[in-house]
Amino acid sequence: MKEIKFINVGFSDSDDVILEDITLEIYMGHIYTIIGPSGAGKSTLIKLINRLIDATEGKILIDGNDIKNYDIIQLRRKIGMVFQQPYLFEGTVEDNIKYGPMLKGKRDVDVEYYLKIVGLDKSYSKKKVDDLSGGEAQRISIARTLANEPEVLLLDEPTSALDPASTQVIEELVIDLKNKLNLTFIWITHNMEQAKRVGDYTIFINKGRLVEYGETRNFFLNPKFDVTKLFIDGKLTKEEAE
Amino acid sequence: MSVLSLILSSSLVLVSIFISYYQKLGVEKEVVIGTVRAVLQLTIVGYILHYIFSANNIFFTLAMVIVMIIVAGNNAAKRGRGIPYVFYYITISIAFGAAITLTALILFGSIHFRPQEVIPVSGMIIGNAMVSSGLTVSRLKDEMKNRRHEIETYLSLGANSRQASQKIIKTAIKTGMMPTIDSMKTLGIVQLPGMMTGLILGGVDPINAFKYQMMVTFMMTSTTAIACFSVALLSYTRFFTPNHQLI
Repeated sequence: MKEIKFINVGFSDSDDVILEDITLEIYMGHIYTIIGPSGAGKSTLIKLINRLIDATEGKILIDGNDIKNYDIIQLRRKIGMVFQQPYLFEGTVEDNIKYGPMLKGKRDVDVEYYLKIVGLDKSYSKKKVDDLSGGEAQRISIARTLANEPEVLLLDEPTSALDPASTQVIEELVIDLKNKLNLTFIWITHNMEQAKRVGDYTIFINKGRLVEYGETRNFFLNPKFDVTKLFIDGKLTKEEAE
Repeated sequence: MSVLSLILSSSLVLVSIFISYYQKLGVEKEVVIGTVRAVLQLTIVGYILHYIFSANNIFFTLAMVIVMIIVAGNNAAKRGRGIPYVFYYITISIAFGAAITLTALILFGSIHFRPQEVIPVSGMIIGNAMVSSGLTVSRLKDEMKNRRHEIETYLSLGANSRQASQKIIKTAIKTGMMPTIDSMKTLGIVQLPGMMTGLILGGVDPINAFKYQMMVTFMMTSTTAIACFSVALLSYTRFFTPNHQLI
């Protein structure tokens, strides 16, 4: 996989237009952060990439091919997703990490390797998921997604429910994974400082539209539009965001 | 029982009307409507059964069973309102459960294909399957709504819709089967079920009555299991698109 391209993509449900006319290119091997007010359509945008939902307008292409031409189950393995509140399956950490490969019929999974990647030692393997802290649970959910050997990871506010120390661990982990495994991350965050720390590129969405996106340093230093500047400074009013 | 004693016993309904009035429960109207409906329905059914029993015709008997299944399906479908085609799924499931159980009972020689035996037995199993399949779809609907996040986690890991809803399907089937299983556990101790009571009142020896009751318990368990399993497997698909996306 080399690139994901959005061409005039829109998404509407029965009553509302959630996303409108999104055109965007995502190149592999980088961390993209998506910022924007609540209800702007950020989660909807990333769900379109692993086809948890389908765009109602426009096209999404992966390496030039329409996303709808890919086998959906294979696509979801290649484009993993991590949620804000990790839902871990009942049982042990090992059961969770083995789940994705098991669906493919693969029984032999190096659980220890995936635990190591997320900075946990092998003793976690047999731990019950109920005994994990919030930060540990999120790391296990990342390890579980990695066990599917994805190329892209969609992160829907993975640290917003975590304390600062756990947040730092996840941020370092993601940067490390990008560098070592050349993975691509598309990361929704509400935290401007986090976007600056981790993002190679930043995408700003407001009212279902892509306002601007660009290389992170430049994005925060020289925003092209007033609305972007207001949002970065935390001064975007409710009216301007809805 | 004489008609006079029946009329006198109907005065017991006044007790519930009085309690409703005294406690301001506001269900007096419901009690009256319920009583009138029960009297009318039972009278009509009594005459229809009288006719079918004396006709002893295979088609009349089957027609009566089909009517029961459709009415039961229609009633249970209310529990799954919002699920497309739920009436068909429930009706098919009840019919499937009832057909297997009735065939087994006839093949085992427990009952004979006579309207006097097939119709009351069908009524019991269809009624039970109606309640349990209604509970199953209702629970399925609630769980699908409340556990979206869990389902999306499964889907994101490459599970198909069946794999993603496996746990929910299990919960829904269990919910439907539980009342039957629970009543089995206390059978004969807490409750003397309808059929056994009826037989004993009709003068049948309790030993014989309990044999029938055991058969009824077994057949209800099998029908309930088949109906719940079938309705859950048919209905869950309606919560997903063919591309394994939650609707």
